[in-house]
Amino acid sequence: MERLGNGPKAGIEAGRLAAADYEANFADLHPRLDRHEALVESDRCYFCYDAPCMTACPTSIDIPLFIRQIQTGNPIGSAKTIFDQNILGGMCARVCPTETLCEQACVRNTAEDKPVEIGKLQRYSTDIAMEQGRQFYSRKAPTGKTIAVVGAGPAGLAAAHRLAMHGHSVTVLEAREKAGGLNEYGIATYKAVDDFAAREVEYVTAIGGIEIVNGQALGRDFSLSDLSTKYDAVFLGMGLAGVNGLGIEGEALTGVEDAVDFIAALRQAKDKSVLPIGRRVVVLGGGMTAIDAAIQSKLLGAEEVTICYRRGKENMNASPYEQDLATANGVIIRHWLAPKSIIGKDGPNGTHVAGIEVEYTAMRDGKLIGTGETGVIAADQIFKAIGQTFSASGLGALQFEKGKIVVDPEGRASIEGVWAGGDCIGTGEDLTVSAVAQGRDAAESIVKALAAAAQPATAVA
Amino acid sequence: MADIRNNFVGIKSPNPFWLASAPPTDKAYNVERAFKAGWGGVVWKTLGEEGPPVVNVNGPRYGAIWGADRRLLGLNNIELITDRDLYTNLREMKEVKKNWPDRAIVASIMVPCEEQAWKAILPLVEETEVDGIELNFGCPHGMSERGMGSAVGQVPEYIEMVVRWCKQYTRMPVITKLTPNISDIRHPARAAKRGGTDAVSLINTISSIISVDLDTFSPNPSVGGKGSHGGYCGPAVKPIALNMVAEIARDPETYGLPISGIGGITTWRDAAEFLALGAGNVQVCTAAMTYGFKIVEEMITGLSDWMDEKGHQSLDDIICRAVPNVTDWQYLNLNYIAKAHIDQDACIKCGRCHIACEDTSHQAITSMVDGVRHFEVMEEECVGCNLCVNVCPVENCITMEALPAGDLDKRTGKVVDPTYANWTQHPNNPMARQAAE
Repeated sequence: MERLGNGPKAGIEAGRLAAADYEANFADLHPRLDRHEALVESDRCYFCYDAPCMTACPTSIDIPLFIRQIQTGNPIGSAKTIFDQNILGGMCARVCPTETLCEQACVRNTAEDKPVEIGKLQRYSTDIAMEQGRQFYSRKAPTGKTIAVVGAGPAGLAAAHRLAMHGHSVTVLEAREKAGGLNEYGIATYKAVDDFAAREVEYVTAIGGIEIVNGQALGRDFSLSDLSTKYDAVFLGMGLAGVNGLGIEGEALTGVEDAVDFIAALRQAKDKSVLPIGRRVVVLGGGMTAIDAAIQSKLLGAEEVTICYRRGKENMNASPYEQDLATANGVIIRHWLAPKSIIGKDGPNGTHVAGIEVEYTAMRDGKLIGTGETGVIAADQIFKAIGQTFSASGLGALQFEKGKIVVDPEGRASIEGVWAGGDCIGTGEDLTVSAVAQGRDAAESIVKALAAAAQPATAVA
Repeated sequence: MADIRNNFVGIKSPNPFWLASAPPTDKAYNVERAFKAGWGGVVWKTLGEEGPPVVNVNGPRYGAIWGADRRLLGLNNIELITDRDLYTNLREMKEVKKNWPDRAIVASIMVPCEEQAWKAILPLVEETEVDGIELNFGCPHGMSERGMGSAVGQVPEYIEMVVRWCKQYTRMPVITKLTPNISDIRHPARAAKRGGTDAVSLINTISSIISVDLDTFSPNPSVGGKGSHGGYCGPAVKPIALNMVAEIARDPETYGLPISGIGGITTWRDAAEFLALGAGNVQVCTAAMTYGFKIVEEMITGLSDWMDEKGHQSLDDIICRAVPNVTDWQYLNLNYIAKAHIDQDACIKCGRCHIACEDTSHQAITSMVDGVRHFEVMEEECVGCNLCVNVCPVENCITMEALPAGDLDKRTGKVVDPTYANWTQHPNNPMARQAAE
């Protein structure tokens, strides 16, 4: 507000806020429950039979049990219950859209429209165990088998941990500089503060038998067939490295960026005040990435942030909770608007974004169409968050469907000795927790397959 | 407006809610606050004989158990009778009674089991002009080791003897407070009646160890690493107290003996239940010690509003109303058949009814029907035990429905018999009486 005299800085500028504002804006979204809060909340759990929350959890964490363990003063036992099913339970406690998973299924929703805060309770016990450095799993005797895991994201880490537990030696090949995948690069800053993703990687790999090699990209530094030759099994968990383009005029203008890059830069920046942000920002898309980019634009000091989504509220991939979080942060969400062209303006550094022309949309006979009516939204910066794609290379003859790796229910891909999980497979759900489940289950399948292969052939009766 | 004024053995109070003899009634300050809050009466914390007062421990005196959200369900204490000088108490009692003439003040007394001791203290109490005395034969800790409290209450002959002395040496109404730490509450009640008591009050606290500190392995409350059994009270003891009150109310030998009901009374409902089972008024302690004196407002309005709603005009309309319905098991109607019924609209699908029935009872509730999570009673298995009702977190979601006479009981394949038939008449009972020819 102090800037009103001179007017807010137009264009894309860093340092729009005072230092203290940055700190406050990017602090933990939901600080951890203290012991008293955890006890009060855990008392609300009914310890349901065949609990719906557990069914709703992609990793099938025994939620009633871990909550009962908190209630009886055993947070460490509670953490083990969580990690037994989900070794990335700490991150999932922070980023899971619980409102559409376990907490949506909670019977307290039916009873009183207020579910047990399962996510917060999960964070309570996992934080305690991790801070105390409690490791619950030790490796079985080394099997002598080596397994390559491609991608150190949630799927790869979950797979690596489970494989290491069974005594296998795991090499994780990661294209980026740091491990963690989307947990490190793709989550809004206020959801995983204090370098949590990196600490979690350390916690997971502390079991031993896992070597993470950074800067190794599939298709650039090695191919799938290299791995198949060198290792006893391969798990592919690369996630989605590509981003969808708009395919409209002006997309190449300065100020048009991919939301995922913006989010990653935010996560990696120690000092948020150096990050430039537009005075007026438009975010295109309706998923979590769009929401994360929009909220954080606002938190960096953008004056006006608008999400444009080409369908209705009910079609948005972002949960109602996330949408509310955005609007509570001052983001305007506009539905039924499709980008038509990006308008540029000549400036000292070439042509820069000045706005976006949008077309109103509607559903006709089950099809999304443009109505022909258009409008212009002024913007200095435009973030594209219209979906990510799997950019495949180096995978040889591996079978794909709709651009993603085909796997069977155990996670086996079409080439023998190759498994896959996470966002890169056809059934990937764009959720950390689902990726963990797929990595874990594929690891079990690998363990089973290697054990079967190690058995001496039985004589034919 | 219902009239909730109380007349208990001639002691009048504006409502039937008294504070029991306990820490909340140890001195004028507390009692005055209680009266300001609206309590009908108090039983002043137990007086001991003249001379140096008893001493209390200087560490913790209380321990507790809790329900969800740390709601206090049971309290245990090792505090003794008043540790203040007798004459200080007497002076304050007299003063407070003078200031609050419409409220009841009863003096609780515990002195050694000697005639002289009782003979000495009674005139001192009488001089304060309080309304009556209560003989503390109840405390199970500390004083009982010295031959008082429950040590007396556990020996009917002593009760009778002391009551007789008191009736002999004072004109004041005598209320005999009973200990629940005995096998059959009717015996001490009968003894008190034989001694000439005007009333009994019960229950005093139950001998208990509330918990063990798992770091130090000391019982709680821990006094320097050691613990001693204490007296248990609070909501958790209410069922025990209700039964004991009812046993005295329906015993032919004590029938009609006024009873002051004590034990876990926390709300107006609890109080109404005690009155219905034969109590002429009630005494409260733990609820006040948990929430403060203000709770009496809820008790007064709750009781009064319920009486208005039901058309009860005075306490006499409800006192003893449930007593005729308390019977022995052998007289329960074995032809009465009920089945659980789950209101599907109210059901939140927690499944606790199913797992309780499946694991521990009669396998009479489904968990899945046609592949959908669904909880429904299978009448052909349901024995009507009520466990599902008790474990369901939603009130009135599961109800017990009586089968009308003539309907088929799918479990037994028999038609419900309209006649009353109890165990004494049942063919499986080796003691069954022959029906009159």
